[in-house]
Amino acid sequence: MSSENSTLVKLNNAGFKQNDKWLVEGVSLTVEKGKIVTLIGPNGSGKSTTAKIALGIYKNIEGSVEKYTNKVGYVPQKISIDWTLPLRVYDFMLLTENIKDEAIEEALTLTGVIHLKNKNLGNLSGGEFQRVLIARAISKKPELLVLDEPVQGVDYTGEIALYELIKRISDTLNCGILLISHDLHTVMTATDHVVCLNGHVCCSGSPMDVAKNNEYKTLFGEQASQILSVYEHKHDHVHSDEGEIKKN
Amino acid sequence: MFDDFFIRALFAGIGIAFVTGPLGCFVVWRRLSYFGDTLAHSALLGVTMAYTLDLNIAISVFLISSVIALILIQLQKKTNLPGDALLGLLAHSSLAVGLVVIGFLTFIRFDIMGLLFGDILAVTTDDLLIIWTGGAVILLVLKLIWKPLFASTVNYELAEAEGLNPDRAKAIFTILMAAVIAISIKMVGLLLITGMLIIPAAMARNISDSPQKMVIFSIIGGLLSVVLGLYSSLEFNTSSGPSIIAASLVLFILSLFKIKQSIKLKN
Repeated sequence: MSSENSTLVKLNNAGFKQNDKWLVEGVSLTVEKGKIVTLIGPNGSGKSTTAKIALGIYKNIEGSVEKYTNKVGYVPQKISIDWTLPLRVYDFMLLTENIKDEAIEEALTLTGVIHLKNKNLGNLSGGEFQRVLIARAISKKPELLVLDEPVQGVDYTGEIALYELIKRISDTLNCGILLISHDLHTVMTATDHVVCLNGHVCCSGSPMDVAKNNEYKTLFGEQASQILSVYEHKHDHVHSDEGEIKKN
Repeated sequence: MFDDFFIRALFAGIGIAFVTGPLGCFVVWRRLSYFGDTLAHSALLGVTMAYTLDLNIAISVFLISSVIALILIQLQKKTNLPGDALLGLLAHSSLAVGLVVIGFLTFIRFDIMGLLFGDILAVTTDDLLIIWTGGAVILLVLKLIWKPLFASTVNYELAEAEGLNPDRAKAIFTILMAAVIAISIKMVGLLLITGMLIIPAAMARNISDSPQKMVIFSIIGGLLSVVLGLYSSLEFNTSSGPSIIAASLVLFILSLFKIKQSIKLKN
């Protein structure tokens, strides 16, 4: 398999262009077993695109992706399910893999939605559906979990519990997690590696390194600097409102 | 036992219903009813090819429908026309070309009505063999691609991300569609094949809460339609296709009462 056995997916200078417009370019990152890599960045900065590149959903990409596992669990940011399908939560749990009933029940219990097991998927609330999506992704005991804003629409206490769950899964299953999140607090406390995107990689490193980065502070403003202490250093470029890069 | 034309027709219809049931569910779920129509209309070309080259009708129809499906996929990639316009273009032009070719084949007597609406008298023991072996192969292949096909029907990106290869499943499903049209054309007729795919599945949707149940009810609905339709076809001397489809419509209307009940229960 890979030269380094713990590598699950590796992006080398990867990018994706749609209708002659770069959605994201020049992204290099590695997700390893037992590690959580988080993508942060403003809307339209290419976070979901990067996740889809890593998953192999986009075919004609620049650069390259090396994927060393097929045991993948994915929680997409947006999911449109067609209600011409009669689909219960239970059927949805079996969507991509035949999983034992005990594993299904365990996952649904962990995310707190076991009581919805036989409900029709179309009748769930946004937060309930999100919990089912997470349960489905973890129930197959994946080696790589890709979570695109997994707790959107979940109530505040649930949010904390779910992030704790994600952290615990990463430890117990020893799986690698590629996480996209807007919650900077979580990002900064539970993550091993942060990649800050804005059409390209602005900065990356440990949460501490990124928090000290000026460009990160420009992107996230006051909120970010309150979370970790301020550390000044120079940058060679700034972003216009459209996200274009301007050299200083 | 198969000496009697009616017994032959009955067994042919039962074989077809077993295949159209599950395939019809996917046609409904994936919104492919116009795609099914297009393949069915192109079947007329297949029939004319069978007569001119002295081939088996089912095999000839299968080949032509597969070619039309491939042309459609190419056109979708290469043009900016919307999907329904391309489907209409292929459906009507292949129907038209088929009818023009029939006009030239003056040395053969065609039963146009039988082609369009089905003819139970025309079912031979050879046809039975093709329907049952072809049907068994179709169901087997569908079982093999069920997981990726169903997962990508629910959500393409989930299926692709989790390594199920949905594109391959879709291509195989297209070929299965051509095959089911090929084996059912004599019985139901090319104008009504899509009805045989959609109506029992639509009926099943009304009374099912899981995909498996919908497939089973769709098969049962198809079987009942065939039996009811063929007996009334015999009784009233009507074409077999319209009689079967009319019977499935009756079942669909009955299934609407079940919806009304469940709405009442909710309120």
